[in-house]
Amino acid sequence: MEKEKRIAVEQCCSYYRIEQSFVQQLGERGLIELNRFGKETFIGFEQLPHLEKYIRLHYELEINMAGIEAVTHLLHRVQDLQQELKRLQEEKQRPGG
Amino acid sequence: MDYIDYYKTLGIAKNATADEIKKAYRKLARKHHPDLNPNDPEAARFFQQLNEANEVLSDPEKRKKYDQYGKDWKHAEQFEQAGQQHASNGSNPFAGSGHPFGGSETHYSYGGDAGDFSDFFASMFGSRGGGRQAKFKGSDYHASISLNLSQVYKTHKQVLTINGKNVRITVPAGIANGQEIKLSGYGSPGVNGGPAGDLYLTFDIKNDTVFERKGNDLYKNVPLDLYKAMLGGEETLDTLSGKVKLKVAPETQNGTRVRLKGRGLPVYKKDGVFGDLYITYQVQLPTHLTAKEKELFEQLSNER
Repeated sequence: MEKEKRIAVEQCCSYYRIEQSFVQQLGERGLIELNRFGKETFIGFEQLPHLEKYIRLHYELEINMAGIEAVTHLLHRVQDLQQELKRLQEEKQRPGG
Repeated sequence: MDYIDYYKTLGIAKNATADEIKKAYRKLARKHHPDLNPNDPEAARFFQQLNEANEVLSDPEKRKKYDQYGKDWKHAEQFEQAGQQHASNGSNPFAGSGHPFGGSETHYSYGGDAGDFSDFFASMFGSRGGGRQAKFKGSDYHASISLNLSQVYKTHKQVLTINGKNVRITVPAGIANGQEIKLSGYGSPGVNGGPAGDLYLTFDIKNDTVFERKGNDLYKNVPLDLYKAMLGGEETLDTLSGKVKLKVAPETQNGTRVRLKGRGLPVYKKDGVFGDLYITYQVQLPTHLTAKEKELFEQLSNER
């Protein structure tokens, strides 16, 4: 990962005003990707929209870590099903479909 | 501009306690939060209404003003002027709504595309959150863009108008239907000098081709006359990358599938890598046989 496209977890947590353990737990559960360089842990910029979503789920909707994991899994399924539905609707609209 | 019944929005009684308001809001927010309702503009819109109702009812000052003047909102300005004459320090009692991640206030943020609070709210309380001092990132916008499948074959540029500005974007070849790309900084402007939000563009791809798309692969049924199927021959086929001449093997069975490697769609962001094109032969049986043809078929039948 290029240096300028990542941010230290410590700095990131101070920006969002959240505990580092929250980000670490997301990383441990595979919900976001963290990279370790030397003594510091970094998070890629492309991961930040996901992190922001988990922050909203946890700090605003008060969903705990296990809940976030379950919700994320279900949201993936919802999105897959939405895609599949779209594909089937498109197929139905095509002549001869 | 109509009067909005914030109590009705939250499904609570007019005499609801602060705790009941908080609970009702939290319950509805969990159900309608846009993070939990992907691609649902209706949920985003309702969530915005919930936020607005909560912003008013969870703040004792705002709630008092709303309860007193809610239905007569057109006179709210006069109320405001009268209030300012009495205010000793001149400060705005409605300013400030706290940091969304800290403090004791319950205010859920979401970078949705539901726009700002209603005109009703603005007429009564002024613009939202005018007293915030902290910097906040602007809301994210979500929009969709329609493309034809034939446009997906090559990387191309598109010019979009976002908030009056023309933005030239590159649409990479092989983009999938429903795929989302992020344009950083094209969301709404930040608050108090915070960074602008992002724009999430979802691609809605209409199939204008004769092919069926499954990922990067394309599928097509090709009719084949009985004689070519039996005796073999050649078939010319239009693909997205031009005409292709196919050799039809003798005794090709109905439903035979042939793979044309690399004749599918380009793989997203992988230069020179393509999916495949699968064609399925559909053997067409002749109809309206002449007497001679019938006789010849009978001869064939006797041969077997």
